[in-house]
Amino acid sequence: MEIGLIVLAIILATLLGWLLKQSFNTQPWVADVVSETAHHGPLGTNSRLIALLTLLAVVSSFFALIMSAYALRMDLGDWVPLSEPQLLWLNTLMLVFASIVFQWTRNNAVKGRVSRLAPGLLVTGLLTAAFVVGQLVAWQQLKSGGQLISSNPANAFFYFLTGAHAVHIAGGMYVWARATTKVVLGKGDDPAIRRSIELCTIYWHFLLLVWLVLFGLLLST
Amino acid sequence: MAYVAIADRDHEIEHHDPQTFITKYIWSQDHKVIAIQYSITAIFVGLIALGLSAMMRLQLGFPDQFSFINPENYYQFITMHGMIMVIYLLTALFLGGFGNYLIPLMCGSRDMVFPFLNMLSYWVYLVSVIILLISFFVPGGSTGAGWTLYPPQAIMQGTPGTDWGILLMLASLAVFIVAFTMGGLNYVTTVLQARCKGMTLMRMPLSVWGIFIATVLGLLAFPALLVSAIMMLFDKTLYTSFFMPAISSMGADPGYSGGSPILFQHLFWFFGHPEVYIVALPAFGIVSDLLSTHARKNIFGYRMMVWAIIAIGGLSFVVWAHHMYVSGMNPYFGFFFATTTLIIAVPTAIKVYNWVLTLWEGNIHLRVPMLFSIAFVFTFIHGGLTGLFLGNVTIDLPLSDTYFVVAHFHMVMGVSPVLVVFGAIYHWWPKITGKMYHEGLGKWHFWMTFLGTYAIYLPMHYLGFAGVPRRYFAMGNTEFLPDSAQDLNAWITMSALFVAATQILFFVNVIWSLTRGPKADPNPWNATTLEWQTPDTPPKHGNWGHDLPECHRWAYDYSVPGYEDDFIPQNVPADVAPAGRDHGEGH
Repeated sequence: MEIGLIVLAIILATLLGWLLKQSFNTQPWVADVVSETAHHGPLGTNSRLIALLTLLAVVSSFFALIMSAYALRMDLGDWVPLSEPQLLWLNTLMLVFASIVFQWTRNNAVKGRVSRLAPGLLVTGLLTAAFVVGQLVAWQQLKSGGQLISSNPANAFFYFLTGAHAVHIAGGMYVWARATTKVVLGKGDDPAIRRSIELCTIYWHFLLLVWLVLFGLLLST
Repeated sequence: MAYVAIADRDHEIEHHDPQTFITKYIWSQDHKVIAIQYSITAIFVGLIALGLSAMMRLQLGFPDQFSFINPENYYQFITMHGMIMVIYLLTALFLGGFGNYLIPLMCGSRDMVFPFLNMLSYWVYLVSVIILLISFFVPGGSTGAGWTLYPPQAIMQGTPGTDWGILLMLASLAVFIVAFTMGGLNYVTTVLQARCKGMTLMRMPLSVWGIFIATVLGLLAFPALLVSAIMMLFDKTLYTSFFMPAISSMGADPGYSGGSPILFQHLFWFFGHPEVYIVALPAFGIVSDLLSTHARKNIFGYRMMVWAIIAIGGLSFVVWAHHMYVSGMNPYFGFFFATTTLIIAVPTAIKVYNWVLTLWEGNIHLRVPMLFSIAFVFTFIHGGLTGLFLGNVTIDLPLSDTYFVVAHFHMVMGVSPVLVVFGAIYHWWPKITGKMYHEGLGKWHFWMTFLGTYAIYLPMHYLGFAGVPRRYFAMGNTEFLPDSAQDLNAWITMSALFVAATQILFFVNVIWSLTRGPKADPNPWNATTLEWQTPDTPPKHGNWGHDLPECHRWAYDYSVPGYEDDFIPQNVPADVAPAGRDHGEGH
C-alpha cells in the first residue's frame, strides 16, 4: 500500500500547506471590517479549475491504489510477467503527440487565434482516438496470443489498468467533443470555449502522465 | 476573486429560477431541495435497515421462535443492515443532506457552484439505492457476505446471494461512488470558491469544516472501495484471481489460483477506516455549533477544533490495518497500527475536552437539539474509550469476534452520529420548514432514544467479555456461556424493539409540525451563523434576496460583554457591535 500512501501524502500535504497558510496566526475571534484581502491568494482562480484539480486528485488516488494492489499481488507466487505488445510504444507516441497538439491549440486559444482551434482540436481528437484504438488492438493481439484476462494476475492487471485509463480518456473525449462541436460551428471566440480548452489540456497532460507511469510500471515488471 | 465570480452569476441564477412544480421540486437544481431529497431517501433506506436489525434481534433474543428467519436470511439482514447504515444512510445524509443544505447557507453563497452536477449527484445516488433495493428481490436474494464483503466467501457458493446479490451490491457501490464524487467536487469547490465577502476559512462555522474535511476524505478514500469492487466483480464474472486463492468449491475447482484475500482487506479498510471519519467529522462539526449556540458561549478553542478535525482526517489514512489484527499480520505492523490508532485519540480527546469546556459556565438551554448534542458527548466518549481497548493488538485479538466489538462500533459510529443527526434535524427544522416542532414530543423522543440505546449497547459489552461470539445465527450449546447470557440477549432485543418503536415519535412530530406547527421565527435560537440571517424562512431560491451577505466576524460571538444581545450575527459589522476580543479579555 506504499504507493497509495505516498500519493495520498502528497495530496494531503498540498492541502495541508495551503490550509496552514490560510489559518496560521489568524485571530478568528477578532471582528473586522471586511478587507479586500479576505479572498486573495491561490483562490483568485476559476471554480472549474479547482473542481478539475480536485477530480485529478481523486483519479490519482484511484490509480495509485490499483498500483498498490499491483505491487502487493506481484509478490505472490503465481505471477508470470507479461511481455507487453510492442504496439504500446506507438500508442504512447500518439498520446504524447495528442498532448503536444492540444497544448499548441490551447496557446492559440489564449492568444485568440480562433482559426487555428478547429484543426488543432480535430488533430488532437484523431491522435487520442488512435491511442484508444491502438490499446484495443493491443488487447486483441494479447487475446489471439492466448493471453486472456483470467490466465494470470499480471494479465488481469494489464487489462484492468489499460481499461481504466481508456475509460478516463473517453470521459475527456466527451468534454473535447462538446468543445470541438462548438468550435466547428463557429463559436470559437466564446470565452467559455477557451476556458474549456484550457482545462481539457490540463486533463490530457495529466492522463498522459498517468499513462507514462502505468507504462513504466508494466514494462519494469 | 471568488465573491466576484459568484456575484457575476447572480444574473444567470435569476434567469434559471424554477417555474413549474417539476423543476422546483423534482428536477431541482436548488441545493436546499436536493438536500431534502437526499435526506428523505437516506432516512427511507435507513428505516429499512432499522427493520432488518429488528429481525436480527428477534432471532438473537428469542432463537428459533420465528419461522421466517433462517441462517441464510439472517446473514442477509446483517449485511444489508451494515451497508445501508454506514454508506447509504449516514454518508449520504451527512454529506448529501446536511452538506448540501448547510455549505451554501453557512458560507453565504447562493447555491453550490455546479447546480446541475449537484442535481445529477442526487439522481445517481437514487439509482444506487434502487439497485441496492432490487437485490432483495432477485433469485437468491441480497448478498449475505457481511458488510465487509470479504472474499473468498463473498463470491463462493454457500454464501447467500452469490449469484445476483453480490453483483448488484458491487454495482450499487460503484454507482454510489460516482454520485458521491459528483457531490464531493461540488462541496469542495463551493467551500473553496463561493464563500461570501469576508468569510475567511478561519471564520467558517465548524459544521462546514467538518463537512469539508469529511468530503476530502471521502474523495480520496472511496476510490479504494471502487478499486476493490471492480476487482471483485472481475473475480466473480471473468474468473481473474485478484483476491481468490486456489480453492475448491463443493468438490469442484472454480479455476482460481494464488490470489490474496488479504489484499482485498487492505483495500477495503483503506476505504473503511476513513469512512468512519467521513461519518464522524460532520457530526463533530455540527455538534460543536449546536453546543455553542445552545450554551450561549463561544466554542472553546476554535482553532484547535479546526486543526483537530484536520489532524484526525490525516491520521485516519494510516490506521486501517487495526481492523485486520486477526488476519495474522507481522507484529511490527501491528505495533505500528496500534500506535497510530492510539495517537488519533489525542486530537479526538482535544475535541471532547473542548466540547465540555464550552459548556462550562455557559448559559445552557436544554432544548431538544442541545439534549441530543450533550448525549452525543456521552456516547462518543463511551465508544471512544472502548476503541482504545480494541486499538491494542493484544486486547483486540480475544475480543475481536465478540459482541464487545459490536457494542464499540455501534456506540461510536451508530448511536453517536444518529444522535447528532436528530439534534441537527431538530436544530435546523425551523429554518428548513419554517415551522416549529413540538418541544415535549421531541424531549420524549430524546429520552427514550438515549436511554434505550444504552439499554441495548451497555449489556453488549458484558456479553463480549463473556465471550459471546458475534456474527452467529445461534449460540448453540456453548458451555462457557452462562444461561444468563441468553436472558441478557432477550433484554437487548426488547430494548432494541422499544427504541425502534419510539422513533415513531419523531415522525409524529414531523407530521404535527408540518400540519399544525406554529410558524417559526427566522432565528429561533438567536444563532450567529449566516443561515439564520436569510431574508426569508425557509430561504427562497438564491438564498439571499438581492444582496449577498458580508461576513464581519467568526461564528461564535455569543454573550459578548458590553453588548446588549447575547449574540452577534456574522453579518453585523464591527463598528455596529464591539469586537469580541477586546471586551472578552477584560473580564
